[in-house]
Amino acid sequence: MSIDHAAPPPPTGPVPLAPELALQLLAGMLRIRRMEEKCAELYGQTKIRGFLHLYIGEEAVAAGAMPAFTPQDNIVATYREHGHALLRGVGMERIMAEMYGKREGCSRGRGGSMHLFDAATRFYGGNAIVGGGLPLAAGLALAAKLQREPRLTACFFGEGAMAEGAFHEAMNLAALWQLPVLFCCENNLYAMGTALERSESQTDLCSKARAYGVEARSVDGMDVVAVHDAARLAAQWVRNAGQPLFLELRTYRFRAHSMFDAELYRDKAEVEAWKKRGPIHTYTARLKAQGLLTEAQFLELDRQVEGEVQRAVDFAEAGAWEPVEDLLKDVTRPPAGIVEAAP
Amino acid sequence: MTSTSYRDALREAHRDALQRDPRVILMGEDVGRYGGTYAVSKGLLDEFGPERIRDTPLSELGFVGAGIGAALGGLRPIVEVMTVNFSLLALDPIVNTAALLRHMSGGQFGVPVVIRMATGAGRQLAAQHSHSLEGWYAHVPGIRVLAPATVEDARGMLWPALNDGDPVVIFEHAQLYNMTDELPQPFSADIEHAAVRRAGSDVSLITYGGSLWKSLDAAQALATQGISAEVIDLRVLRPLDEATLLASVRRTRRALVVDEGWRSGSLAAELLARIVEGAFFELDAPPARVCSEEVPIPYAKHMEDAALPQVPKIVAAVRQMMGR
Repeated sequence: MSIDHAAPPPPTGPVPLAPELALQLLAGMLRIRRMEEKCAELYGQTKIRGFLHLYIGEEAVAAGAMPAFTPQDNIVATYREHGHALLRGVGMERIMAEMYGKREGCSRGRGGSMHLFDAATRFYGGNAIVGGGLPLAAGLALAAKLQREPRLTACFFGEGAMAEGAFHEAMNLAALWQLPVLFCCENNLYAMGTALERSESQTDLCSKARAYGVEARSVDGMDVVAVHDAARLAAQWVRNAGQPLFLELRTYRFRAHSMFDAELYRDKAEVEAWKKRGPIHTYTARLKAQGLLTEAQFLELDRQVEGEVQRAVDFAEAGAWEPVEDLLKDVTRPPAGIVEAAP
Repeated sequence: MTSTSYRDALREAHRDALQRDPRVILMGEDVGRYGGTYAVSKGLLDEFGPERIRDTPLSELGFVGAGIGAALGGLRPIVEVMTVNFSLLALDPIVNTAALLRHMSGGQFGVPVVIRMATGAGRQLAAQHSHSLEGWYAHVPGIRVLAPATVEDARGMLWPALNDGDPVVIFEHAQLYNMTDELPQPFSADIEHAAVRRAGSDVSLITYGGSLWKSLDAAQALATQGISAEVIDLRVLRPLDEATLLASVRRTRRALVVDEGWRSGSLAAELLARIVEGAFFELDAPPARVCSEEVPIPYAKHMEDAALPQVPKIVAAVRQMMGR
């Protein structure tokens, strides 16, 4: 079975959102974009090392979805999670410090780019095993359900994870036990370098979820308005029904899979076509057409974001290296008497 | 003192934990209506209800992962994996998630989950139901590995394991469930230390789990031959109680490890390394080990017996070490 990799027409038309929210969504996307552009630059300067998976191109997904969740909700993400962490409320400074491996980082420098964690915002990582977050999310939701806590668990993963047993087992458990999980599948068409139709016998992703009796919906993940609408309704549905929902967000990664990827597996023309409907400039054009944004306002927003990025870099640069004497810290619980951060 | 079976002691430990802490749940294949593959959880469904005694699908990766997630979310789950053989389907969530989360998150997220499983051979269940892979789990930082070999430990170890704050994997040797013994009151609740099960002066037999009883029988046989063997029950396979281990070896000056795992890359290998590192100059003989033979466990009784550590093998190894 073959599927169309061609970019659909760009989203157009008025933005049916209150001006404040409309601009919040733009700011969210721009913060991720500028932060990650800086990360790529810092990677080139060897300030950031290890794996670095950029979200550039996919920003509408995190920017549209995150405002649909409350502070009580749980978030589980993947190794391409800088944007999710940022918009969940983990400060850019602590994210950048983590990328540097500094002790001021949100995982104290022990995690790096792929393992951003933050107990205060219920951000449960940062999981670099494809599909690894899905059973975890089911368990978090089980805990919430049994403790009568009105929180949902939003679990982000790529379409590549849907070939893993973990997807199928988690889907079955969530449906069987009626767990309040919002499964957010970021379908960017490539599992690292393997195109969807080269790895999945069934490329209609929603049908896989429906096979487990899970409510499934699909949305244009390049349209932040559509994403926000879909995520808001999906979250509401999960809260009301107390059951899982599968939301496919059709998106596209503009940059390489990681900094080691020569991108031999896809046409440059295909990438260029998708860039033409990039989530930030198409949305900006719509806001301008509607009179919700002027070029001057956009530049001012961009300037503010650049300032935030610079402060984050300065913070990371000024950060400290954890002393090597602490190497064995946090492998297991510290002995009684040492106070820990409460989750 | 009252007499009780290992199985009943485990069940009592579960009942006690479920009564003491509303966050405790039990989940696993057939733990509910069936009553547990080894009948450990028999009756618990009626007593505590289906919300806390949860039958799971045959989905080890999924339900062990979910147990880990539930622990993160504030519960104290006991996850029963039917046997260590099937736990290989759940190695990913145990090793890649449970064991690492505290560290990867810079200390923010502990995973207070207990994962129990049956282990070991000896009942003609053939190669796919007879593994002893405790050593694999004991290799991994971030988890605690327990091997209760007595009725007392079956009763006592669960509660401190649930309160450890980190993932604890408990191995129950399948040959032990029917064993009956006196349960002392109060019973020990120690998940830190090895135990000296028999004092002796000529050689230390260092063992755990199902092999404890073979080692004790061997010590008894050796006593009739004028050899005094001390028997150390490791109880805790990670982190190892090196102090108890080395103190015994320094006293007896000889060490034989008895381990149902295969010899290559085994827990026994680790124990010998520690003994050599820590007590080399106090040894009167090269330390040795009796492990399973390097063969998948066969079905035929005589072949299975030949593959596993047995009392005569232990006795022979000690005699050789003593030059007798």
